[in-house]
This record gives sequence, structure tokens and C-alpha cells, in this order.
Amino acid sequence: MITVKYFANLRSIAGKEEDQFDMGSETTLKNLSHEISKTAPKIGEMILGKKIMVSVNLDVASLEAIIKDGDEVALLPPFSGGS
Amino acid sequence: MSTALESNIRIQQENFVVTDEIEAIKKVSRNIGGITTFLGTGRELSKGESISKLNFEHYPKMAEKKLDEIRVQAIKDYGIIEMIIIHRIGEIDIGENIVLIVAAGEHRKETFKACEWAIAELKRTTPIWKRETTSTGEVWVQDTP
Repeated sequence: MITVKYFANLRSIAGKEEDQFDMGSETTLKNLSHEISKTAPKIGEMILGKKIMVSVNLDVASLEAIIKDGDEVALLPPFSGGS
Repeated sequence: MSTALESNIRIQQENFVVTDEIEAIKKVSRNIGGITTFLGTGRELSKGESISKLNFEHYPKMAEKKLDEIRVQAIKDYGIIEMIIIHRIGEIDIGENIVLIVAAGEHRKETFKACEWAIAELKRTTPIWKRETTSTGEVWVQDTP
């Protein structure tokens, strides 16, 4: 299973903090985005339109990145830390 | 002689004391001759709207990892001796401390540069998000200057 974490406004859009997706032993971030689109089309659009960043196991990843079973994917809206 | 700080990267709910952090970094090396600090605090006005409360959330592990990368790169690229970065999360009132960067080096010049670079890099790369509460509701900020 691949764990997908939602932060900030994405959590409100998804209506949850995280999700689990069974994508076999490995897939790409692009394929995972299409899967996410089935339940949260707006979030899928944001990923594919590169409106948000995505990390895989804590490192920022591209849409072509390979994701394996057990990986943690986080969907990261634009940051606003600092003051 | 230098001693390493045990907690130079921190993301925490509780407040911090700026002078305590300055005293801690001074103990790292007797070669420190200049210390620059950046302290970010809760501002009442944002885009003309009055804010009553701020709330910060982070992605645990990744945010700490990014802050540590910033610290390591600041030391390497600017030749400073040590850097402390602290960011608060959770509910923060107007006027309260939010973020602190302390850069210590042999001379002032590199510490000014490292400090300015580090706060810009924090805003650019660290998964921390701010929610502002105003009279019209709550909004996640997505375009900080």
C-alpha cells in the first residue's frame, strides 16, 4: 500500500488526513495522481498541473518518479512558514 | 575548542527565549565574533485585513530534514561557525515569536548573509503552512513575500 498524506487546505478538500492506495509493487506518481483524481478530482488536477509539490519518502519528486509499495507520498501546497 | 549544540534545529509548540539561544550558540566556539539573528513575529495586518490568530502546521520529519539541510548548507556556503533554526507550530497570537534564526561566525559579514539566505530558503523549501484567522474566517496562506 502507498500512503498519501494531505496537508493544509488539501486536507479540507480531501476531507481526510491520509489515504491508502494499492498500486501493486510499483507505479509512477502520475499514475497515482490519476487514482487520487477518482475520489478527489481537484487534488489530482493540482498534482498533474504542478500547482502543488509532491514528496516521496520526504524528498520532493517529479511526476515521473517511481513509487513503490510501502512508500509515503505527501501532497504539499505552497509553503508559508516564516512570519 | 568547539562543542556541538544538541538541538540547533527545532520545531516546537512552546515559545523560545532569544537571549538563551544566543548564549547557547556563543558556547559553540571561542572564535565567534559576530552573531546575527532574525526573529519573525505574528503580525496583526495582512493584506489590509486584521488577523486575530495564526496557526502553523508542518510535515513532521520532512520539515526538520529541510531545516537541517539549510543549517548545513549555510555553514558550508557562508563559512559561518554555527546556526540555530527554531520554528513554532500550533496556535500563535499576534506579537508572539514564530521563527528564529541565529547565525554565528568569526565576522559579521558572513552571518548577515547566511541569516538572510536561511530565512528565504526556509520559506521556499520547508513544509510549514500558516493559517490566518480574520473576522471573515480562516484562510491558509499560500503566497508569503
